[in-house]
Amino acid sequence: MEEKVAVIEALLFTSETPLTAERMAEILPDTEKKEIVSHLEGLMREYEARGGGICLQEVAGGFQFRTRSDLAPWIRKLKAGRPAMLSPAAMETLAVVAYRQPLVKSEIDRIRGVDVSGALKGLLDKKIVRIVGRKDVPGKPIIYGTTRKFLEVFNLRDLSELPTLRELKDLPDQPDEPDMPRPQEQTELPDLQE
Amino acid sequence: MSYEIKLDIFEGPLDLLLFLIRKNEIDIYNIPIALITEQYLSYLDIMRSLNLDLAGEYLVLASTLIHIKSKLLLPPAEGENEEEEGGDPRAELVQQLLEYQAFKEAALRLDGRSLLDRDVFTRGAAVEEPTAAEEENEAMVEIDVFELFTAFRRIIAGLDRKEDLEIDAEKMSLTDRINEIMERLSEEGQITFTELLGERTDRRRIIYTFLAILELMKLRMIRACQSGPFGTIRLFPAVEG
Repeated sequence: MEEKVAVIEALLFTSETPLTAERMAEILPDTEKKEIVSHLEGLMREYEARGGGICLQEVAGGFQFRTRSDLAPWIRKLKAGRPAMLSPAAMETLAVVAYRQPLVKSEIDRIRGVDVSGALKGLLDKKIVRIVGRKDVPGKPIIYGTTRKFLEVFNLRDLSELPTLRELKDLPDQPDEPDMPRPQEQTELPDLQE
Repeated sequence: MSYEIKLDIFEGPLDLLLFLIRKNEIDIYNIPIALITEQYLSYLDIMRSLNLDLAGEYLVLASTLIHIKSKLLLPPAEGENEEEEGGDPRAELVQQLLEYQAFKEAALRLDGRSLLDRDVFTRGAAVEEPTAAEEENEAMVEIDVFELFTAFRRIIAGLDRKEDLEIDAEKMSLTDRINEIMERLSEEGQITFTELLGERTDRRRIIYTFLAILELMKLRMIRACQSGPFGTIRLFPAVEG
């Protein structure tokens, strides 16, 4: 393996947050961002080909090692606690903010048809949504938007990766399921033998 | 309690309306207002009879439905043609429903992604326990007996049913338990429900602890707070210091 690639891999391994190619270019002397990106792509392919427990992913404008999603039941066992989950109300509120940002609370209230104060506060506390500013209208209402953490949590490279709402409208009706699907509580772990 | 009622909990009046539309297999662009209004109101009755906290928004939509129904029944007033009236009185509601439906589906899609700390994990960072400062920042909501009861039921349900019968059971009195709780609270400032139970979670101990907490809450000696639904329950002395 080329020494530079080894350095990049080590940097990614150490960083607790997604690491941008720009940052890595600052660290590595005489290396163009373009070169770093091509090394990163090479690493991504390498990890994918290896079929191991971790993969290199592009999230929130950077790169990060993450576990393979189908291995989640095992890791949940290690971590024991309940996974941090958002309630259906929080998820709906977040969807409105994500697609319509920047926007004021009254707009979210109108779309969801309920007062979203509680759900919005929860999202702010979790730092998934943030205050962007104040709208220049009487009362100067607060404007909300999503955070970088939102991208990290939802495995998105950037906001453009969100499927457009129009696509959603073209979809046939969802099956009769008034509730959000829950991540299945797997009691039995998948068979380890291939 | 000998029976349990299963009721879909709706995320709001629009959610309930969408549910009724799906249930009746109705075309959203051609809603039979009379039928839907009737069913909507009967759902509100059920929710009220269950003492569910009925948010005002449900009533607002009820009145909107009734208003639309009356508009559909009345012939257009003289000198007023359909265009000026804005056409179908249902149009605005349909628009709102479609918009809400789009976001509801968007929410489903978001939830279906590989979420960090639920489906995918990063190295180390997230395994850390939240720091004390972060926990302080968690919004604490004061809870009542019902939440406490839910926690209690959850713990009891998690117990191994087969429990060795102790003949000479450890003698435990409510007074002792109350004193113990107050002592620990004055030392530690705050304490979680689970910490109070300690390692040995036998039925007797849980029941006594629960009773002691109820008694202390009644006497307003302690406050119980929770960081969210099913969050950790923390007990604080009612008066600081």
